Formats: sequence, structure tokens, C-alpha cells
Amino acid sequence: MSRLVIASIGPASSVQDGGRPGSQRYGLTPSGAMDRLALAAANTLVGNPLFAAAVEVGPFGAAFTARGGAVRIALTGASRSADVGGLAVALGTSTTLADGETLTLGLARGGSFSYLAIEGSFVGEPMFGSLAVNARAGLGSPYPRPLQAGDELLTATASGAAEQRIEIPAIDTGPIRVLLGPQDDEFADDAKKLFLEAEWKISATSDRMGYRLEGPVIRHLHGHNIVSDGTVNGSIQVPGNGAPIVLMPDRPTTGGYPKIATVISADFGRFAQIPAGTGFRFKTVSISEAQDAAQKFAALLRTLPDRLRAIESFDLNIEALQDANVAGSAVNAVDTGTWQ
Amino acid sequence: MAATLAPPRLLPSGDAAIAVEFSRNVDDAANQRVLALDRALAEAPVSGVTETVPTYRSLLVHYDPTEISFNALGEKLASLAQRPLRPTTKSRRWRIPVSYGGEHGIDLEDVAKALNTSPETIVARHVAGDYRVAMIGFTPGWSYLSGLEKLLHMPRRQNPRLLTPAGTISIGGVQTGVQCLAGPSGWHLLGRTAVRTYQLHRDPIFLLEPGDRVTFFPVDAETFAEQDGAAQAGAIVAELMAP
Repeated sequence: MSRLVIASIGPASSVQDGGRPGSQRYGLTPSGAMDRLALAAANTLVGNPLFAAAVEVGPFGAAFTARGGAVRIALTGASRSADVGGLAVALGTSTTLADGETLTLGLARGGSFSYLAIEGSFVGEPMFGSLAVNARAGLGSPYPRPLQAGDELLTATASGAAEQRIEIPAIDTGPIRVLLGPQDDEFADDAKKLFLEAEWKISATSDRMGYRLEGPVIRHLHGHNIVSDGTVNGSIQVPGNGAPIVLMPDRPTTGGYPKIATVISADFGRFAQIPAGTGFRFKTVSISEAQDAAQKFAALLRTLPDRLRAIESFDLNIEALQDANVAGSAVNAVDTGTWQ
Repeated sequence: MAATLAPPRLLPSGDAAIAVEFSRNVDDAANQRVLALDRALAEAPVSGVTETVPTYRSLLVHYDPTEISFNALGEKLASLAQRPLRPTTKSRRWRIPVSYGGEHGIDLEDVAKALNTSPETIVARHVAGDYRVAMIGFTPGWSYLSGLEKLLHMPRRQNPRLLTPAGTISIGGVQTGVQCLAGPSGWHLLGRTAVRTYQLHRDPIFLLEPGDRVTFFPVDAETFAEQDGAAQAGAIVAELMAP
């Protein structure tokens, strides 16, 4: 066995996987990765099941060191600098850390969460079929809390498989698609219009429970208390102060504020990646458009294994080289200082 | 009877859940229909439905949109919801010990004052109630009970507390509840129970089910302490009554 030692890590970083749906009727939130596509792509790169447990790395930097043997990893999600001993590692590729080597990650840029998948995943005790951290409920393994420096993930020693990259279609950058409701009738037409036309920003006080939105005040028709009903990932609640909160995977399973709209499932990961302070808009779609998008998203997940490419088999252009990790060594050979 | 059942509203809660809404209010008749639909789906599962979350007035039905569409599932749910209510299958009955007042129920005196009565009367009335688990939500094991008598109805606190203890028994609005984990609450704290409605590494992990019946009985602080030790070690502590 090898170990991946967390040499340093920022807040909002934890072990996540596909989550633990199935017990929401008992008040247990599903948790799981904020960006499921990125998690699935990282796992695919190292030959794991799509929703195996991985490290969800928050917006700040982190460093991971292989001990006791080599560890094969892959990084996806928010773009950020990544290097091993000064050699750049491209997002969306697998790479192997030799015993003692350290992967160093910079701040997230143009995203919030990265996923570090480990070949063979790592040792943990699943509860309700999941290793995902939900600190409030005392769940998560090997640590039932966010990761800290000094933590260790026990894993299989790298197989020595050829490194790969993954080709994922460019992510849509348009407005975040929502379905109105289930309580949009608690808002007047002009409040709904304002919600849909405004530019919103995600507040820095957001977390895995909910993203607070900054923008215009959305007024209710009859007050802000409704009888609690069930929530989903992407439910957009409007509390008394009129500042919407989008519920995320660690959300309360029921809520007593009117929900003006719901982020569609296909856009949820893209929404979760919007960095605090970056402007974005919502746009309504119909239920059939939302369900078509869900079908397409499911098809994309299904075809991830077909999107793997051997790292040596593509055109030699600089962009591709940089993407593929070989640029690191090529450029490094000339001048280690120039590449980044 | 069947003819009087109003059709529920079928509200999309995103593209992977439908809220089947029987009422907009806390409504006992609506909650019975919520629980009946929940039971119907448990007894004859609909392919594509992944889980259900009963609440006071609606059933949230989570589904996989790649397996069943909103329209197809909505039709099935609408037709199931129109079935006449069967005489309820026997619900489980629990007796839950509560240490009322003092440090375990810091609001008991204030509640008595606000309702112009004595703490003893509040406890006697709370213990006399026959409650049903209307829903479980918010945080693991937080059980919302219906059946609180009118005398004990009281608006929630103006300033919710950020931290209330595990096992808190409280009242808020027309409801009473069993809170399992420490956490925020805007309700009035009457007492504490050693019973854990959610406890990892115990069988069962979740003790109460939506639809279960619950009554409370008073115990002194010393008994609470003993029961708390036993519960810590995995004892259920709550008494399951013979059906």
C-alpha cells in the first residue's frame, strides 16, 4: 500500500463521492461532490468507477505527497496551477507521483473546486454506501471532517498504467438554467422578472450547505414563511431578507422559505463552480428542456471512458503540449523559470 | 369519501423531483394523505423513483429523469393520490422519556408565564398528548410531531438560538418535536430526552419513521443521566409499545 499525505490544504476541502441519497426522509442530506462531472472525469482517468471517493479541493492551494510507494492521480475541475517538483501537470490528465514526490496546487481560477482522484481510490469505512464528509452528521471516512494538513489517505500502489488525458466538450458558459417553482406563486410577476433579469454574484459566505446570492432584493407576495417542504440540490430559497440562497449538497433536507426556482440538474455542477464575486444570470427553461439536458448530461457521463486518449497520440502544438504534461519537461529542459 | 379528495398539485422541484402538494398549511388531513401516498409508493415501487420525503403538506418524490419523465410520473402520482384512504395500517407506538424543566428545559418557566399557567400544567398537558411523526427533516432525526393541543400553541422565538442541545424536546407554533443533534432552533425548550432518533453504529440508525405515534413520559434528571449513559452505549431507551 501507498499513502497520499496531505502536506497542506485550505478550508472547504473534503473527501467526496457520489453522496448518500436514500435517507432524506430521516433528515440525512445526501452530500457528495459539488461538480459531479469533474469528479467522474477524474475517476475515469485513473480507471475508478465514476463516483468513487476523491479529494474535493476548495478554492485555496494544497499539496499532496506520495509515501511508501508511487501513487497515480488525476486532477480535474477548477483551473489552477499544478506541478510536481516544478514540472507542470495539466488538468484533465493522469500522472504518477513517485514515492516522496509532491503535487502542489495553486489557487483556483475560474472555478471553485478541483477533484483529485486516486487510482484505486483509498481505504475508508462507507456509511450509507458513501465516504463523503458530512461533519454535522458525524459522517465521512477516513476523516468525518474537512481534510487537514497531516491527514493520510491509504491507497493502492500505482499500477504503472500509461498516463491518459480526457477530452470533455467545452462547458456551456451561458446563463444558469432554472425551472420556476415549486413556490414561484409566492412571488409577484415583477419579482420573478427581477430574479431572471438581474446579474447575481455568489457571496463569499457561501459553503457546501448553500450559496448566498448578492443582487437585488426579491420580495415575497405574502411573507417569507411557508410550511416546510422537501429540498433538492439547486433549490433557490428566498428568506425574509430577500437575498436568495441556492441549496447545495450539504443542505437541510426540508426548508421553510419559498423556493422561487430550481437550478436544473445538468447545470448544477457548473453553477457550483462559479467563483464568489463573479457575475452570472439565470434563465428559465421548460420541464422538457430540463429533462432533455439531463439526458444529455447522463450520456456525457456514460461516454467518459470513450473520451480517454493516450497522452503521446496527438498533434504537437504548444497548447496541446501544455495540456498534456509533456510540455513541462520539454520547456523545463530549456529554462525552468519560463513555463509558468 | 373518495369523491371528496381534492387532487394534489404536482409541482416540479427541478427536473429530478416532484412535490406532490396536498395543502399549503399544516393540516392533519393533508399529512394523512402524504403518508398514505408515501406508503403506496413503498408497497408498489414506481420504476425511476429514487426516494421520497414526506412533510406536513407534501410528498417530495425524487426520481431519475433518464428513467421516467415528469409527465409520466406525475400521472402515476396523481392517480395514486386519488385512491381512497385505507384505514391506517397499524402505526408503531413509542413512549419517550423526557426530563422537563430546569437546565434540561430552560424555557419551561417562560412558556408557563406566557400562557398564564404553571410549569406543572404545561408538562401535564405535553405528556397527555398523543402525537404522530408528521415528518423528519432539517437535520438527521429531527422529528416534527403533530397533535399538540391548542393550549400549547405558541409563536416561535423572535431570536432563534444558534445552539440548542442534542435530545431537546421543544414546542414551536402548532408543533412539538424531538431534536436529535445539537443545532440552531427557534422553538421553546421544554426538556431533554436521552433517546437518540439518529445514532450511527446502532441498529436501527434511525429510530422513528414518518407516521409513527409518540407519547412522552416524565423522568427526573437523575434518570435522564442514567438513560443518557445507556443510550450512548447503543440502548434505544424509548419504549416500543405492543401493537
